[in-house]
Amino acid sequence: MKAAGSKMKKNLFPLLLLAGLALLPLVLESNYFLHLMILFLLWVVIGSSWNLLAGFTGQVSFGHAAFFGVGAYTAGLLFHHLQISPWWGMALGGVFAFLVGLPFGAICFPLRGAYFALASLALGEGIRHIATIAESFTGGMVGIMIMPTFVSKVPYYYITLFLASLSVLSIQLIMRSKPGYYFISIREDQDAAASLGVNTTLYKNVSLAISAFWTGMAGALYMNYMGFIDPHVVFSLHDYSVMAILVAIVGGVGTVYGPTVGAFIMVAFQELFRTGFFGLFAFLGKATGVAAVTALGDAVKKAHVLGFGILVIVVILYLPNGVVGDWEKIKRNVFRIHPAK
Amino acid sequence: MAFFRVEKLVKTFGGLTAVNGVSFDVEQGQIFGLIGPNGSGKTTLFNMISGVYTPTSGKVLYKDREIQGMKPHKICKLGIGRTFQVVKPLGRMTVRDNVIAASFSRVNSMGEARDNAMEILDFCGLTPVKATLAKSLPIAGRKRLEIARALATRPDLLLLDETAAGLNPTELLSAMNLIRRIRENGTTVIIIEHIMHVIMTISDRIHAINFGTTIAEGTPKEVAANQAVIEAYLGTDYA
Amino acid sequence: MDVFLQTLVAGFLKGGLYALIGIGMTLIMGVMGIINLAHGQLMMLAMYVTFVLNTMGVDPYVSLFVAMPLLFLLGVTIQKFLLNPLIRVETILPENQVLMTVGIGMVLTEIVRFAFKSDYKYVTTEYSNRTFSLGNISFSVPLTIAFGIALLFTLAMFWFLLKTDLGRSIRATAQDKDAATLMGVNTGRITVITFGIGSALVAAAGCLLAPVYYIFPDIGGPFTSKAFIITILGGLGSTVGAIFGGVTLGLAESMGATYFGMEYEDIVGLTIFILVLLFLPGGFKRLTKV
Ligand SMILES: Nc1ncnc2c1ncn2[C@@H]1O[C@H](COP(=O)(O)OP(=O)(O)O)[C@@H](O)[C@H]1O
Ligand SMILES: [Mg+2]
Repeated sequence: MKAAGSKMKKNLFPLLLLAGLALLPLVLESNYFLHLMILFLLWVVIGSSWNLLAGFTGQVSFGHAAFFGVGAYTAGLLFHHLQISPWWGMALGGVFAFLVGLPFGAICFPLRGAYFALASLALGEGIRHIATIAESFTGGMVGIMIMPTFVSKVPYYYITLFLASLSVLSIQLIMRSKPGYYFISIREDQDAAASLGVNTTLYKNVSLAISAFWTGMAGALYMNYMGFIDPHVVFSLHDYSVMAILVAIVGGVGTVYGPTVGAFIMVAFQELFRTGFFGLFAFLGKATGVAAVTALGDAVKKAHVLGFGILVIVVILYLPNGVVGDWEKIKRNVFRIHPAK
Repeated sequence: MAFFRVEKLVKTFGGLTAVNGVSFDVEQGQIFGLIGPNGSGKTTLFNMISGVYTPTSGKVLYKDREIQGMKPHKICKLGIGRTFQVVKPLGRMTVRDNVIAASFSRVNSMGEARDNAMEILDFCGLTPVKATLAKSLPIAGRKRLEIARALATRPDLLLLDETAAGLNPTELLSAMNLIRRIRENGTTVIIIEHIMHVIMTISDRIHAINFGTTIAEGTPKEVAANQAVIEAYLGTDYA
Repeated sequence: MDVFLQTLVAGFLKGGLYALIGIGMTLIMGVMGIINLAHGQLMMLAMYVTFVLNTMGVDPYVSLFVAMPLLFLLGVTIQKFLLNPLIRVETILPENQVLMTVGIGMVLTEIVRFAFKSDYKYVTTEYSNRTFSLGNISFSVPLTIAFGIALLFTLAMFWFLLKTDLGRSIRATAQDKDAATLMGVNTGRITVITFGIGSALVAAAGCLLAPVYYIFPDIGGPFTSKAFIITILGGLGSTVGAIFGGVTLGLAESMGATYFGMEYEDIVGLTIFILVLLFLPGGFKRLTKV
């Protein structure tokens, strides 16, 4: 009875969260917060996609910027060359990212462990170089600019919310069915999985295809929303390939909702730094009249990458399975809640 | 044509010939024992049959089909299941999920896979530990899980690689019992085993190899009395 | 023909430095079985050490004696307090150590950015731009010296690995950690020392590179990429392979820059890398068996 109750709660919580998010723009009129929410939701998509391939299937990719960038460029280039609405580009962005995923998989999947990580990193970097060099086609370092369709942020918010819900839901359903079981088998032991009838190469590619597709969609949406891309932005190793990893690690690798939690933490964290703890330092500086506090505030504003670095180190050391994965541990040690025996 | 046959199988690793021209036939419904001292090439034979290695030369025939060199997952689908001598549990999945994953080789829906898994868990006596993570099972449990997983793929031929090693006498008895019941269900079994009284009592026929080559084949009685077999085993015992 | 020879020489000299970077990486890779994605950042740190000392009038080649011990200590600290504790915890992904090095790399880069801002720094010496000629081919003086010193370090490293007890323990650990433990090697200590040595070697490369390169906080990333390209080319964990890998990458980059244009320098490296992964998995080690 108790078990059934907690299961109900588990299913109910995401729905409540979704309802809350859907109602948010009605109560929240600040463009600034909507922008942050859009970023958060984009990261939900990217982090969850990375997590499907790495966290569930065990193939740790260091090259997801490739898919994000290809998605973004698909939308951008379609408009740039053919004047096709970048919203069409959004669907195609996913498809092209998937197509790029095919050779990506063909090259990387025969490799295991460190080799796989390195090959994916090299491919991601390679695509960035290509986008930079193929100036006549991509505009090179000048980048691509398009006029945003909507002035208000609200439509973008709902579209991103839709994409995020759809991607997380799809991953949840997959993980409860045959492919999901196959993904985890591959992660746990490839040889055992093969002996149980799992076509490991095929299913690794399936996982990659889904992961690349959603990441590409996120990229295309980014193009639509931001209106500007260049190779160093959307193919960035640090801002996308590594960041996707961080989002999942912080939230919890190999859990369905981990990346969502991770995305929230990372976006909040970045904003906390960027604004100097929402102006706290500036306020304290003014209130106390101590120049050092104001200076410290200015330093903090530039320190968000440093903050990420430290966050990663701390999380890996103390919460190696992320906030969701180590939730029991957090409850025990931080909130001093002990499960009733 | 035999149900299962290997013909002049050879496998070399660099300069080392691990298996050197082994041939034998297995009839449907048999428990076929494979014995030989450590390092004689038994596991390598299993790896060639199950598709982990492609034989350097020779054939593997199963239900009138040549299957050597096929991928492991294809061979599983053809109805050959195997266990690993060094167990390979899917560690961070529960015992039940291990068996469900294996069941998906035959069915596609979650419901059917779950039913199949429950039946197998019951058959193997694993139901009490079904919610345990595979990595936290003791060794006897892991060996049993290997068998359960292989059975969940509904094999017609089951390859068991030292599934009795490391078990205490009680566990040993129940393992032998399980293997007999598997055969009663119509599955043919090839079993590698070191513990002599186990393999001698359970097998219908025994094939002995040493240094990758056949030294004897026959009924358990015949093989036990064979001079070459005695030497191979005494040799290792006294070394 | 002269252009070709000139390119060859430039590539070869650069390759010597790359070999030094690669050996540090490959040692770490061999012993810990992980890729160190903070390798270039460690080199960047050494470059800044050289820069700071240079502003105080210290010659870059003298700063080797400061930067190498400093980076050795840093490497030891990283391995002991940040990487070794991870071996014991169980996680979904075995790559946690690699991800940790990503975090370390970020922290190092950002700390340096705080201290020195993002702008380019130069270590100027009277010989920074000096060259000498053999026939029609000109040799950069600092690069030639760097090549010589890199060669010296490489030879010293070989002697160390082959002839000393510590070196043998390192090789034993790289070959088979469990067996080494059984043989009484304290593998925990070995990993710490190896990370220290790897860091010191890449620090040497940083000092040698400082007089001929511009220095900025983000220079670490590209050199981390170079380091792993070299190691993959050479075959993970192979020291001899790392030398081949380093020279190959140096030559390839030079050729790419001369015959395709500067912007192709990096992509040539990546292309070779992917080709090697595809057609020669295991790297040059496979060809030479060393
Ligand atoms: N992948 C491999 N690479 C190299 N040698 C191997 C490999 N697999 C097995 N061998 C060698 O082949 C021989 C037979 O091994 P194996 O089949 O495991 O013996 P058994 O199972 O009879 O104890 C041994 O000498 C072993 O070292
Ligand atoms: Mg064996």
